[in-house]
This record gives sequence, C-alpha cells and structure tokens, in this order.
Amino acid sequence: MGIAEKIISGDIRSVARLIRDIDDNVPGARKVLKDLYPSTGRAYVVGITGAPGVGKSTLVDQMVTHLRSAGKTVGVLAVDPTSPFSGGAILGDRVRMQRHSMDEGVFIRSMATRGSFGGITQSTRSAIDVLDAMGKDCIIVETVGVGQDEIDIVQSAHTTIIVLVPGMGDDVQALKAGILEIGDIFVINKEDREGADRTVNDIRLMIEMDEKRYKDGWKPPILTAQAVFDKGVKEILDEIDKHRKHLQSSAQIQSMRKYEKARNDLSEMIKDKIIHDVFNEIINSGEFETTLQSIVKGEIDPYTACDTIVLKKLKTGTT
Amino acid sequence: MNQKRKIRILVAKPGLDGHDRGARIIARSYRDAGFEVVYSGLHQTPEEVVRAAIQEDVDMIGLSSLAGAHMYLFPRVIELLQENGADDIVVCGGGIFPEDDIAKLKKAGIKELFTPGTPLDEVVKWVEENVNPRGS
Repeated sequence: MGIAEKIISGDIRSVARLIRDIDDNVPGARKVLKDLYPSTGRAYVVGITGAPGVGKSTLVDQMVTHLRSAGKTVGVLAVDPTSPFSGGAILGDRVRMQRHSMDEGVFIRSMATRGSFGGITQSTRSAIDVLDAMGKDCIIVETVGVGQDEIDIVQSAHTTIIVLVPGMGDDVQALKAGILEIGDIFVINKEDREGADRTVNDIRLMIEMDEKRYKDGWKPPILTAQAVFDKGVKEILDEIDKHRKHLQSSAQIQSMRKYEKARNDLSEMIKDKIIHDVFNEIINSGEFETTLQSIVKGEIDPYTACDTIVLKKLKTGTT
Repeated sequence: MNQKRKIRILVAKPGLDGHDRGARIIARSYRDAGFEVVYSGLHQTPEEVVRAAIQEDVDMIGLSSLAGAHMYLFPRVIELLQENGADDIVVCGGGIFPEDDIAKLKKAGIKELFTPGTPLDEVVKWVEENVNPRGS
C-alpha cells in the first residue's frame, strides 16, 4: 500500500509522518499531496483565532468533546510561534487537550510557525488536506495570536471564530480592521470578567457599522462563554452549524467560496514555492552570503542585488 | 529556506507527580537550541505519552519524574513504543533516580538519565549527539 492509500485508510503513523515531511519541505511530500487531493474537500474546517491567552485551546478542547458525543471524528491543528532567534519552539496547546489523547476519533497535531517565509500558511493548509483525506469529519485549526498571517490561514476555514476576552479595550479597536473582515462568529470568553457587556457592545457596534461587508446574508453572531466550565460552548457549535447551513444554502455563495479558496491556495503556493526554491539555491551556492557581503561593503545596493537574483532564477527556471 | 530537518521532542510528565518546573526549564533549553518541543502537561499515563509522541511524530521523548514511580512508568513507555512499532523514538529521562535504578532503566531501553545538577548545556548537547531527525 502506498503512503496516500495508507493515509486515506486512516493510518495514524503515515499521517503524522507526512505532516512532518510537509513541515520539513521534503520533496516527496508534494507527490503524496497530489495523490491525496482528490480525496479532500469533505471535512468541515473551523478556524479559531484570537490574542494569546484568550482561551482558544480550552475552547477547542470543549468543542472536541461536543463533536465527539455527536459522533463526529475530529482533527485538530494547533499552531504556536517559532522563536525568531533559535528557530526552536515550545508547542503547548496539547496541555489543554490531553483528555482526548486516548480517543481514536481525535487526531491532534502541534505545528510551529517556522519563521516568516510563509511556510506556516502553506504547511498548515496542506495539513488540513491530509486530515481531510484521512477522513476526519471536522478539522479545527487553532492559530497563534492574531496578526496578518493568521488571517491568511483562516481563509481556508469554512467558519472562522474570533475569540476575545473582556477588558481588551483599545486592543480591540486596534484589531478590528483585520478581524472584523474574517470573523463569522465572535466569542467573548471569560464572560464572568468585568466588562464583558461592554466588549459585546463594542463588537456589536463594529459589526453594525460594517453591515455592507455582510452582503451574502450572514451577520456574525456574538456569543459569550466560559470555555473552562463548558458554558456557552454548545451554543457556539449550534452557530457553526447554522453558518454551515447558510454556506450550503446558496450555490452562489458556495462557488464564490470555492473560487476564493482556490485563489488563495494557489497564490500562497506559488509564493511559497518561489521563495523556497530561490532561497535554497542561493543559500546552497553561497550566493546569498556573498551578496550580503557586497551590500555590507557598499559595492551593490539591495534593490539591484534582489533583481539580479530573482531575474536569474526566473530565467533558468528549474524545479 | 532550510532543507535541514528539525528535531522534534515530546517533553512529558507521566504519573501523579505535580512538579513540572524542571520539565519546563528543559523544554525552554531545547527551544533555545532550535528544537521543536511539544509539551503535553502533567499527569499523563504512559499510553497517553506514546499516543502523543506518535501523533506528533517526534524523534525523542523526554520523561520527567520526581515522584519515585519511574521504575514502572519509564519501562512501560518503552514497551508501548515497541508495541506500536515506534521504538525508533529515543527515550531519555530526567529527575531523581537512585543509582541502582539508573542501570536498570538503561537496560530497559531508556537511553540516558539526567539527575539534578546536570548542566543544561550537557542535556542539549546530548540530544544533538544522540538524536537524529527521523526519516533523514
């Protein structure tokens, strides 16, 4: 049996290894992804994002329990940041989800952002495809704290949940531009904390003011929860279900989402491949280092250096 | 941009021992050495540790134990790895172990044991010298 067949039949070790190979950019992984692609597109993908410490992992843990009791199999991809200094990472999202580790119907994988070259968005996206192909009904992607990149990841989710906590004040204001555009459901977690009502109102006001953005007919609901006590979690899942039905209700929405997803996937893949191939070559050949030295010595400006490298690479056109 | 495979490590605390300061410091040192560290928290059964290690496709498991149950918990992890065909994962331990136990644990398949006072550099160096990223 080939690796793709093993994955489709649900073999945990093959799945775990392939995700590793994707992360490590092993050339063979690409071939397997191509083989798996026809088996993808069945899972429902939920993205969960929000600032660090708002309770994303705890919420995911509770959602998994609910989904499991409804008989659904679940894949979880939890992303934590890579240290920009050492390249290492501590991936701690599993701590909140350990009670699911003995459940055959749940596959949890921690992933690191691995630097800023777009690799995370690409490998997370591919990992979604892998879990989809292995037959998971629902895939939950938990991002690192909010930023531009995380918004990119969330474009591959059917439903995106933004988790907030009371008392973020100006932070919420600062985040609103990016966040409001991608949130399908807003959750104010830790609702027992002071200021929860105000946070709900802030978000409501922002949504009301941006009404034209929701012209496809879905106005994001705002829910409150105390994930750690499983309070409000069922309601969140009900809203996800409503949103799923909303997406499925119109052929126009479906084809629009499909187009958007394809556009996003393809452009990210192209960027990722170009960056990866060009960098590999110039680092291995030593050209990167010698060019750096020339810039430092003032022999060449970085704009010219960049154009030279990229043009040369595009002309030789290997891969 | 880097073709080199990254070492992935699971740091786990099996059993009822509630002290994870040491495990966290080790996890942090591994991170600073450029490894990806999955930390799975307190009170894990050996079964849970092995499941997590397989799902995360790690190259090494670092077991921490300060509560004296290592003679059961550590060999059990080795046993379960063998049962699951995952005995290529290197296992080492850290914590308080009597001399006699260290020899027995090594015989049971724990590759190395680190006791209090081991410099962090040494713990990291050991990984660099003894653990190869799997599949490479």
